[in-house]
Amino acid sequence: MKIEILGTGCAKCITLEKIVRDLVSQLDGDYEVVKVDDIMEIMAYNILSMPGLVIDGKLISTGKVLSVDEIRQHIKEAGQ
Amino acid sequence: MWKELVDHLTVDMLGLSGRVNDAVNFFIYDTLKILFLLVVIIFVVSYLRTHFNTEYVRAHLQGKSELYGNVLAAFFGIITPFCSCSAIPLFLGFIQARIPLGVTFSFLISSPMNNEVAIALLFTLFGWKITVIYIGFGLLVAIIGGFVIGKMKLEKYILLDVKPMEGELEEVEVKLTQKQRVKEAWEYTYDIFKKIWLYVLLGVGVGALIHGYVPADFIAKYAGGDNWYGVPLAVILGIPMYSNAAGVMPLVEVLTDKGMLLGTALSFMMAITALSLPEAMILKKILHVRLIGIFFGTVGIGIICIGYLFNYILQ
Repeated sequence: MKIEILGTGCAKCITLEKIVRDLVSQLDGDYEVVKVDDIMEIMAYNILSMPGLVIDGKLISTGKVLSVDEIRQHIKEAGQ
Repeated sequence: MWKELVDHLTVDMLGLSGRVNDAVNFFIYDTLKILFLLVVIIFVVSYLRTHFNTEYVRAHLQGKSELYGNVLAAFFGIITPFCSCSAIPLFLGFIQARIPLGVTFSFLISSPMNNEVAIALLFTLFGWKITVIYIGFGLLVAIIGGFVIGKMKLEKYILLDVKPMEGELEEVEVKLTQKQRVKEAWEYTYDIFKKIWLYVLLGVGVGALIHGYVPADFIAKYAGGDNWYGVPLAVILGIPMYSNAAGVMPLVEVLTDKGMLLGTALSFMMAITALSLPEAMILKKILHVRLIGIFFGTVGIGIICIGYLFNYILQ
């Protein structure tokens, strides 16, 4: 599963990336976490506020730091 | 009620009097009042905001005529939160949706100026009249500033090649339950509170010292009266202070109390929120320096005019 964090280095983006990496390290399975900081690549997802969270190419949320439980839930749903 | 409680604490329990009592009493009273009201107001504002988001605003601005678009964009700036870290995707996203440059700037001026911390502090420190004046004239600067920038045909100064999207955006509605809205608003409030409480404390602390120790003539001499340079100086000083708005505004309250002219104070606070150095640095990645210069210049001139106007009217 590929999880992307879209952000150009704002505080919230860094927090979200850390939460995702921490969570993934506790989960079983094959996860690839990528931080996308190229602005044109980010714009391709048509988002207006950062950070953005993308799981397997699908935009999950923008502009907020999700909680660990919320992210776990999204990963679970995406895996089904 | 709060006043009596604080008086009881400093006079009866700590046995303070005179100037020391003045300063300590002022500090405790102001901190309690400001922090309490800040939490309440920020919570209310963020709750109302859960009904809108930037995607919603963008869909509504698409295809609007120029002047109407400027007005609408400025008003939308009040109801959406702003973070300078999102300035780039926001800017590009608007251009992508074929929203005119001038309309985009109206939003970009209004949104940080009408941020929840500024509004909450203004209301707490200066009352609703000044808050309304601030928001009203802030909107005017955003509308006129955006309109003027739009007329200058500066699209060539956008450094990236933004491909306009096809078709119309769908109107997105934010669907949340009541409970989710309260939760989101509370988390947002807590987040902001964590960031600003120390600044507020510092601001009120320094304010308390000025309140107790600096004579009024001293401040009136530099920030009041007939100084022609008071307003532009206030605007220039305001530019690097964006992230510290929470600490600076309590200071401004004390300064006006001590004789700083209200127009000068108004210009100062608008410059703090609307002209932010970090935002300019971020926008430099996608905009030519000349466009940023014109943006700051237009807004700066607008804010200075407001300062002079108020100082003139109130004299």
